Amino acid sequence: MALAPQDSKLTVKDYGSSQDVRWCPGCGDYSILAQMKKALANMQLPKENVVFISGIGCSSRFPYYMDTYGMHSIHGRAPAFATGLKTVRPDLHVFVITGDGDALSIGGNHLIHAIRRNVNITILLFNNRIYGLTKGQYSPTSECGKKTKSTPFGSVDNPLHPLLVALGSEAGFVARSVDVHTKHLAETLEAAARHQGTSFVEIYQNCNIFNDGAWEWATDRKIKSDNLIELEHGQPLRFGSNNDKGLRVNSNLELEVVTIGENGVSESDLLVHNSQRKDPALAYMLANMHHPEFPEPVGIFRQVQRPIYDDDVREQVRKAREARPGGDLKSLLHAGETWTVSASN
Amino acid sequence: MSSMETVDTAGPQRKVEVIEGATVRFAGDSGDGMQVMGAQFSTSSVIHGNDIATLPDFPAEIRAPAGTLAGVSGFQINFSSQEIYTPGDGIDTLFAMNPAALKVNLADLYEGGLLVVNSEAFTDDGLEKAGYKTNPLEDGSLNNYRVVSIPLTRLNRDAVEGLGLDRKAADRCKNFYTLGLAYWIYNRPIEPTVKWIEKKFAGKSDLMEANLRTFRAGWNYGETAELFTSAYHVEKADIQPGVYRKITGNSALVLGVAAASKLSGKDLFYASYPITPASDILHEVSALKNHGMMTFQAEDEIAAICAALGAAFGGSLAVTGTSGPGLALKMEAIGLGIMTELPVIIINVQRGGPSTGLPTKTEQADLLQAWGGRNGESPLAIVAPATPSDCFTMALEACRIALKFMTPVIILSDGYLANGAEPWRIPEVDDLPAIDAPFCTKPNAEDGFNPYTRDERLARPWAVPGTPGLQHRIGGLEKQHITGNVSYDPKNHDFMVKLRQDKIDGIANDIPPLKVFGDESGDLLVLGWGGTYGSITTAVERARKAGKKVSQAHLRYLNPFPKNLGEVLSRFKKVLIPELNLGQLRTLIRAKYLIDAKGLNKVQGRPFQVAEVLEAIDKALED
Repeated sequence: MALAPQDSKLTVKDYGSSQDVRWCPGCGDYSILAQMKKALANMQLPKENVVFISGIGCSSRFPYYMDTYGMHSIHGRAPAFATGLKTVRPDLHVFVITGDGDALSIGGNHLIHAIRRNVNITILLFNNRIYGLTKGQYSPTSECGKKTKSTPFGSVDNPLHPLLVALGSEAGFVARSVDVHTKHLAETLEAAARHQGTSFVEIYQNCNIFNDGAWEWATDRKIKSDNLIELEHGQPLRFGSNNDKGLRVNSNLELEVVTIGENGVSESDLLVHNSQRKDPALAYMLANMHHPEFPEPVGIFRQVQRPIYDDDVREQVRKAREARPGGDLKSLLHAGETWTVSASN
Repeated sequence: MSSMETVDTAGPQRKVEVIEGATVRFAGDSGDGMQVMGAQFSTSSVIHGNDIATLPDFPAEIRAPAGTLAGVSGFQINFSSQEIYTPGDGIDTLFAMNPAALKVNLADLYEGGLLVVNSEAFTDDGLEKAGYKTNPLEDGSLNNYRVVSIPLTRLNRDAVEGLGLDRKAADRCKNFYTLGLAYWIYNRPIEPTVKWIEKKFAGKSDLMEANLRTFRAGWNYGETAELFTSAYHVEKADIQPGVYRKITGNSALVLGVAAASKLSGKDLFYASYPITPASDILHEVSALKNHGMMTFQAEDEIAAICAALGAAFGGSLAVTGTSGPGLALKMEAIGLGIMTELPVIIINVQRGGPSTGLPTKTEQADLLQAWGGRNGESPLAIVAPATPSDCFTMALEACRIALKFMTPVIILSDGYLANGAEPWRIPEVDDLPAIDAPFCTKPNAEDGFNPYTRDERLARPWAVPGTPGLQHRIGGLEKQHITGNVSYDPKNHDFMVKLRQDKIDGIANDIPPLKVFGDESGDLLVLGWGGTYGSITTAVERARKAGKKVSQAHLRYLNPFPKNLGEVLSRFKKVLIPELNLGQLRTLIRAKYLIDAKGLNKVQGRPFQVAEVLEAIDKALED
């Protein structure tokens, strides 16, 4: 992955393409686009070494708006395209842009396999809990009971939680951010991009047309501090508008919300976040906290190193070549048992 | 088996009859080593200098219940001092390892043919499993054959006695006893198989010794047992000088795409999901890492084609391989390959369908799927090899076309070609076609880079990520001509649909014209495609020898067709199209050329027999 700065510094604007952005006015995707450009500019990634690969859906129009290489592929399959590309081109920085329907419904299989292989790519899942491009059907992350055009009596499916899927696939880097938390989002995107191996980021994104306010509890300034908990490696898990609440593990090995100063609880009782634990159990518990019962964590849940698929594939080829050098075309064609028929035969 | 002369040799019972060729079938339980025996006999025969054609035939189940009809596995080989094109209609010698193998295969044994059976397998239990009410070895039902009944199990155990093998391991060697006997009967060189056993069982000296001993014991049995009136000798075939190897269709496809990778300087990326009968391609490419070849065993068929397209975007020679049901799954992504105009090769080793169908049997029923099984107007190039070794040539061709025209190309092989083997004269590297596939490295417009500009062949430039200044976006939405920006303009769509069609049609200018074998005009043209070449060629040769005005043409390019196809068809009064489907090529030919072509259609999971084609030729000439 080339992170080397170029001679002339690239600006945020340089990463944008000439195409008009055609998301609905007010869509959360605008903010994500802006923060992505900011993160790339911050890293000074050469534009030609960056590739955005998307599936189908509103979010998947993303590549058209970046002046990088891009592929707007087919529904749900972006991780598979990215795997092929990254395997043959280690020099590229490959991003997958996907949505809740794209990644978790039609593309669930590719998502889990890209993650378990640990392909060196960054997957950004824009979660708006609705099908937007097809005009408002419930999605695999829609809450149970969701009334939409296709579920006038309310959906009866239990939703999937993207981070639990990622952790279940043993993702090495798992994070969450929110479309309008611009600074947090830009920092999270950069951290994900710098991670070696699959990095997975869920972004709470508002669809103001078909599912407006889905994340209001996480974005409204008045209430968000009571509903979100910011994860910082090495820091105790505190939150709340007065920053007096926290998380601790109780004797049933469950997370519980406590208030500092009540029932003899002090800061030293709180769980200290460790994103580098090899065991994913704590990250799983954190990802399994759901609003409104719990504050939902944002930030980096897990950040560990695992063997990288594309590196290992190329390493096998390198070793095989070293062990048996001189593999030219003639030796290839003549491998195995051969015999010669001479003219006198 | 046509007897030519008889030669007396030194030993009293060692009479050797010289024959032109023979067809032998080994049949037994799947898992009993029939495929190994067949492969060994084939290798020995080609090294001896014969032309060969083989037909492995095995059940879809890996280990069906032992002794049952469903579990019978067979391997047929036709070997000859003359050039041959098919594994043979019927068989001269049948090795039947148990009653079920006898029951399944006897109908194909010529009257008077040699039948070698393991008498010890004809127990009450064995007979019952095979559905025999009486023992065919005793009830006279085999009187029309030359039956040689040998106590194989005991003979094999005797041969390996003293090596300390348990009974199960000892009995597992018995296929080599049979093979040794087969080598004696047909005077095959034993050295290639001795070497193979030594390599296969290297490090397991007891098993190596056991297999070598029983193999030699089988040969000696033929020499001493006086059960056989004569052995046979098949002269070397008069074949073109050169270095040869035995090759199956699947192996030839592997070598073809690997050679294309070396010739084009593009790394090979082979992405596939295991599926019968295409899995061997994945196995063989994955063994070529020392040649820089990369493989990706994907999570499913769709991921395999998508990863291949991702690799193609990155500048690799991208190939995916599958069989019919897998091709169906890949179609949406192939459409994306057509829209994004990326070079990708899709190998489809056809098998019996629809759905799961007959996984281990051959069929040609995916032509229309390949031709038009996608949404929208979505043309691509289709090639179809005619023989196992032609798989090499057509794989090279598919890669050349894909890279030159920036398009997906489907290769239609089939189960018969995939597993069938023949001798292959290894081409000189210098004789292989150059494959020039340069990347675009510089901006092609004043304002930067336009990814949908065209060269004289209507191919767009291949600009790979990492190239400064050529950043661009591709995708499944319709693109504006030249700029490649998303466009919903009705006239642009109309233009682009026609342009994509014109590009594929233009490949006709870059492929060889269709050749006619036989007279350039006449009463009947037999037009075939793909793996039916051998049967059709043999049938047409025989019909012509009988004075019939029949010619043959075989299509290896199915989209676009060779430019002269219409003109060739017009020179014959009648056209007969034999296919292992219900008439898919015939449908295309009738639609395009408005001729009343007739079909010979069979969907039994087996190749055409020569006699079937001959009969259809006679009928077509009479009608």
